Amino acid sequence: MNKVLMSGNNIIGEAAIRSGCRFYAGYPITPQNELTEYMAEHMREAPGGVFIQSESEIAAIHMIIGASATGARVMTSSSSPGISLKQEGISSMAACELPGVIVNIMRGGPGLGNIRPAQGDYFQATRGGGHGDYRTIVFGPATCQELADLTMSAYDLADKYRTPVMILADGMMGQMMEPVIFKKPKPRHYNENFILKGAGSGKSKFIRGLILDAIDMEEHNWKLERKYQVIKARETLHEEHRTEDAKLVIVAYGTAARIAKGAIKRLRDNGMQVGLFRPITLWPFPEAELRALSARVKKFLVFEMSTGQMLDDVRLALQGYADIEFHGRPGGVVPTPSELANVIARHYKETGK
Amino acid sequence: MMIKTIFSGFGGQGVLMMGYSFAHSAMNKGYQTTYLPSYGAEMRGGTANCTVAVADEEIASPVASEPDHLIAMNSPSLFNFQNKITSGGAIFLNSSIIESRPSRKDIKVYAIPCGDMAQELGNTRVANVIMMGAFLKETGIVSADIYLKSLETIMGSKKKSAAEINRKAFAAGFDFIKK
Repeated sequence: MNKVLMSGNNIIGEAAIRSGCRFYAGYPITPQNELTEYMAEHMREAPGGVFIQSESEIAAIHMIIGASATGARVMTSSSSPGISLKQEGISSMAACELPGVIVNIMRGGPGLGNIRPAQGDYFQATRGGGHGDYRTIVFGPATCQELADLTMSAYDLADKYRTPVMILADGMMGQMMEPVIFKKPKPRHYNENFILKGAGSGKSKFIRGLILDAIDMEEHNWKLERKYQVIKARETLHEEHRTEDAKLVIVAYGTAARIAKGAIKRLRDNGMQVGLFRPITLWPFPEAELRALSARVKKFLVFEMSTGQMLDDVRLALQGYADIEFHGRPGGVVPTPSELANVIARHYKETGK
Repeated sequence: MMIKTIFSGFGGQGVLMMGYSFAHSAMNKGYQTTYLPSYGAEMRGGTANCTVAVADEEIASPVASEPDHLIAMNSPSLFNFQNKITSGGAIFLNSSIIESRPSRKDIKVYAIPCGDMAQELGNTRVANVIMMGAFLKETGIVSADIYLKSLETIMGSKKKSAAEINRKAFAAGFDFIKK
């Protein structure tokens, strides 16, 4: 297989097309523009591919809802403020059990914020973002290779569980180029019964999120919840890096996890036993795996490019079994590994006491 | 080994192409590599830059807080980045348009008149390739063969004449550095 050098944004687009995505709708916003641009150029080369630059983010999400209902593999993408606009549609997709992949290349917020890399949308992504009782599978890739692999996985899981899947990366992941190998995507398995393609002579079908009877709506909620429990039990992914003998473990995802790896290398060179726990699925959060680690590690440092959002999930997972420290750089600042190493070293020295 | 290089200059001087082609050739040599362009509210005639990391191990951060090399194609680039270069590092500057020189004594400075050299070759647009020739001769991170092959892959086969002038330009920069 051939290694190619591509930017994160382009990799997501290529992986989506290879996975059989044939409908993309989006509206430009930095720093994810190269994904929309890639789709504009390459979707027309894919048989049956449709690219639409929509009039707004809200239009784009509703276009993919329509295309998904007709059985297409679909994608829309944006960056933080644009993803806020899509929340109504994401809630609809969850309610209607429609598969689709939504990409958020995060930038500084809140509000229009800025266009620098940030991780302030963790709550929005993992807590649903839109209204109602629902969850969204969320991937937090940390390398360009993972962007390719997880985009393909996102389509598999979206179909398998008939649910929207979000890829949560940041401006740096979107803009950066790294060598990547595109693996062969798995063949699609999607039940024909869920596709609207005209009743013909058969019974008519419909897809809806409006269920006025409270008992029916409750049953629909519990049905979704059972599905989310299955996803939680089966689809959790994480990576551990040098945790075997660690006395302090950093918990970080995406770009922050890369920076943490750089810091860990420096600290290990100075004899400090530090490791990294990196959630790859942000929802479901790998809480059992993290809690298992607290049997031998008594100090954790959560590091995010935010004021502390995943921190809540770490607290819930560790249930007070270990000390938790936090270091955050919100607003679009990308700290250096040496800065983080200094912070870690300070906390590490306290573990010796 | 972990080498981080910043390529910087006016938009239009081909600085992003320098970084991209360098990262591409490093990949083809089997190294790990990352390429990170500056992005955002850039303006025509403004300064563009990119950072390329090349390593034989996993690259944690694609950002260079202390780059090993700076390729400065215009004066603002030199002023912007000269104090970030790590001690013992090197600056390659386009002496055709940069008059000032860094005052630091702990780094090597290579003044390459790549703008004038490009004019002599009859195409001012190849100044960046001339600079790449000098940069790779001095640092030896990838060989001339691997780099030129990457450059041809990137440019595509449609431009035979471009490949020819690029080869000449690269050789001119390569031979400018005497070792």
